[in-house]
Amino acid sequence: MKRFKKYWKVFSKPSIHFSLGFLALGGFIAGIIFWGGFNTALELTNTEEFCVGCHEMRENVFQELQPTIHYSNRSGVRATCPDCHVPHEWSDKIARKMAASKEVWGKIFGTIATRDKFLEKRRHLAENEWARLKANDSLECRNCHNFDSMDFTLQGKRAAEQHSTALASGEKTCIDCHKGIAHHLPDMTGVKGW
Amino acid sequence: MMINKNAITLILCAVGMLFSLTLMMKAHADPINPILKAEINQDRPAEAIAKPIVNDVKQVRNYPMQPPLIPHNIRDYPINTNVNKCMACHNRTRTEESQAPMISVTHYMDRDGNFLAEMSPRRYFCNQCHVPQTDAKPVVENTFVDMEAMVKIAELIKE
Repeated sequence: MKRFKKYWKVFSKPSIHFSLGFLALGGFIAGIIFWGGFNTALELTNTEEFCVGCHEMRENVFQELQPTIHYSNRSGVRATCPDCHVPHEWSDKIARKMAASKEVWGKIFGTIATRDKFLEKRRHLAENEWARLKANDSLECRNCHNFDSMDFTLQGKRAAEQHSTALASGEKTCIDCHKGIAHHLPDMTGVKGW
Repeated sequence: MMINKNAITLILCAVGMLFSLTLMMKAHADPINPILKAEINQDRPAEAIAKPIVNDVKQVRNYPMQPPLIPHNIRDYPINTNVNKCMACHNRTRTEESQAPMISVTHYMDRDGNFLAEMSPRRYFCNQCHVPQTDAKPVVENTFVDMEAMVKIAELIKE
């Protein structure tokens, strides 16, 4: 406590040895370095290489993604893990990253360390993602799939029918119908619409 | 005697060679693989994968009991222990929202003819009977004749 008081005394007093210019500029430069470093580290965790660095992701969900249209298709445009699972806006992204600390916990304690454990948890994990996408009106889908750019005449009859009514009115959002398009589905007993 | 024997062998050989040559030519005309039109020892690039027909148009059934064909894409539709994607639209409870045809009442019947509340497990694997179509050209000619056409022919013959 005594030591803390001593530090506080120094901290709260005006600087004697350093000029205001040095402090201001130094603070500015240090800010750039720290902020840049933080953001770079954050972006590093926002890559597919990082996600599939763990066997939990590489051997389960990443394998399931590969034959789907979001990984292999005619034009070669593809979605990586963070495209769908991490919001692009900064504040939402930070919120998601904070929630992801639970995933670090899971990794350390091996919550889904084996295939059996993963399958056991799949419904729970899927429900988390469905709830998140439902709450943000399928924001991550819409980062690429812009409703205003959808040409219903180029869609199949069934697709155009649903998109021009339920989706257009906001009654439904992407995830309500498009569940399990990138990963295998859990037991869907009791899920609405299944 | 010796010379004669040799001559016979020679003639036999010639006939044998001619015979095998005609066989080979015939084989060339009618290749062993009718799909790739290739002999067994020939390397051929695979045919292009046929495109699925996804026009949502009901196709005529060739006979009354034929399981209806699927007129839409079913890529990545799971039918497994966890989920049956087809039932998300074709189940009785889902048809109002989806406007899809309901699976027929026979699908609710077990093998003893009892009606169940849910789809009978023996009907669970939809694509055992129901299949989508592609634009692939038939490899061999199809000589199937619709029953109605046969009846008409029979009537014509009677007249």
